[in-house]
Amino acid sequence: MNPVLKLLLEGGSLTTAQMAQVVGLSEAEVQQHLEQLKKDKIFLGWRPVLDLSREAAAAAAVRAVIEVKVTPERGGGFNRLAERLARFDEVESCYLMSGGYDLHVLVGGSSLQKVAGFVSEKLSTLEGVLSTSTHFLLRSYKEGGFLIEQAETQVSRLNVSP
Amino acid sequence: MSADPKRWVAGHVASLPKSGIRDFFELVAKMKGQDVISLGVGEPDFVTPWHIREAAIYALEKGKTYYTSNLGMIELRRAISTYVTEHFALNYRPDDQVLVTVGVSEALDLAIRAFVSPGEKVMYHQPCYVSYSPSITLAHGEAVQVPTYAKDNFALTAEALRAAWKPGCKVLMLNLPCNPTGGTCSVEQLTKIAEFCREKDLLVLSDEIYSELTFDGTHTSIATLPGMAERTIFLHGFSKAFAMTGWRIGYACGPAVLIDAMMKVHQYTMLCASIIAQEAALEALTRGWDAVVKMRDQYHRRRDLVVRRFNEIGLKCHSPRGSFYTFPDVTPIGLTEKEFAVGLLEKEKVAVVPGTAFGENGTGHVRGCFATSYEQLIVACDRIDRFVQGVKK
Repeated sequence: MNPVLKLLLEGGSLTTAQMAQVVGLSEAEVQQHLEQLKKDKIFLGWRPVLDLSREAAAAAAVRAVIEVKVTPERGGGFNRLAERLARFDEVESCYLMSGGYDLHVLVGGSSLQKVAGFVSEKLSTLEGVLSTSTHFLLRSYKEGGFLIEQAETQVSRLNVSP
Repeated sequence: MSADPKRWVAGHVASLPKSGIRDFFELVAKMKGQDVISLGVGEPDFVTPWHIREAAIYALEKGKTYYTSNLGMIELRRAISTYVTEHFALNYRPDDQVLVTVGVSEALDLAIRAFVSPGEKVMYHQPCYVSYSPSITLAHGEAVQVPTYAKDNFALTAEALRAAWKPGCKVLMLNLPCNPTGGTCSVEQLTKIAEFCREKDLLVLSDEIYSELTFDGTHTSIATLPGMAERTIFLHGFSKAFAMTGWRIGYACGPAVLIDAMMKVHQYTMLCASIIAQEAALEALTRGWDAVVKMRDQYHRRRDLVVRRFNEIGLKCHSPRGSFYTFPDVTPIGLTEKEFAVGLLEKEKVAVVPGTAFGENGTGHVRGCFATSYEQLIVACDRIDRFVQGVKK
């Protein structure tokens, strides 16, 4: 496996200079690996993982999961509609699901009104959308692999031990 | 009449040397509040995987607060037996060939107490884990040191073993991969050592606590070599591979008669290992392997990073095939191991342990543990670089 990709999968947040040291390559080579991963559309980009309950992160503080039922099309299945839906900036992620509904859409915005407006004006009016069911997120306990309150990090090892 | 309470301390305990680790610990403790990066630890930086911690919590909720069998819970012994077969190609019956102990430390102590009569000789290779020599002394045995050398990357050799041997040697303690040197033996070397043990009728106590953290090639237990299972106590535990140091849980496997002798000492001293730790250990063996592999991969990358940087900086450092320790030679920069460790701590606030804390052949070396995050390791290496440049000027 690409050594840089391996490191990215560990979930740390190293700079390219740090990554270069860890994998034993030059910074330019790490950069090249990253570029290649981007070219191959494996590595899509960086995003910060934030605790959205903090005021500083309020710009995207309201989030909702929307269950969407759609009519699949002959030839295109769910893809055309899903891709169209996914292009809206408000949509953070969009998945085709098995089970009781078709698309699982995670929408974010700065206020309840904005998110609600997006659902009622944009999402549900798309041709092919049969129904939507919106669930607002109340509280986050874990984001992108990070625990929101990490009490355990306060415990520390002895500085010197046998 | 003397009022000094010291008069009550047993002579052989009073004369035990203070651990060199302890001295250094106190020195580092004085720098509390300063931004010290410690490469002086002897344990993983990872917290025990959550599913293992959760299993222990569940066990508590279920009211598992009793003693277990002296040997340990049979479910755990079965799991250990299976694990040891799968990972080490060794076969032990869960019923009478596996003993669960309070860390490998207890297992080692039990073995020495069970097999060494006062005055009998026990061989061990040094530099080594700090408790080896004292535990022999505490059993009134006689410690016989076998030196290992930097030129062999601190692998024990049969030649050194033969040179150190004297009549009356009964037991050989092995620790491969080795704390503090990261030394391991090739199968050829190990075969020669095994031949020597059979020739001299030595019982082997093989502490293989770092074996899962083998980065190049595969780990071979001496017990798998011809004629060795019958004369080897295989000692292992959960501390390093599963990041479970604080749980204090380990085990010993070997011939039933020998395990029974160890169990006798265990039942009259410890009774049994903590049931909560046993429950956690069972979970570790049942579902913990993925986490072990993940942690090992990280240690592997950290090792490569640190060894490369140390050598670039001008410390002579072999790449340990296993464990999470580097043991670089600091003499190329013109300092003794103590001067290096103390100077580095005071000037650049990086803690490493002087090699002599682990035996005289650690002279000129320091132990640097790489069980620390990439970011910290990079900063530590930068600081060591600065320190070395400063010394050179």
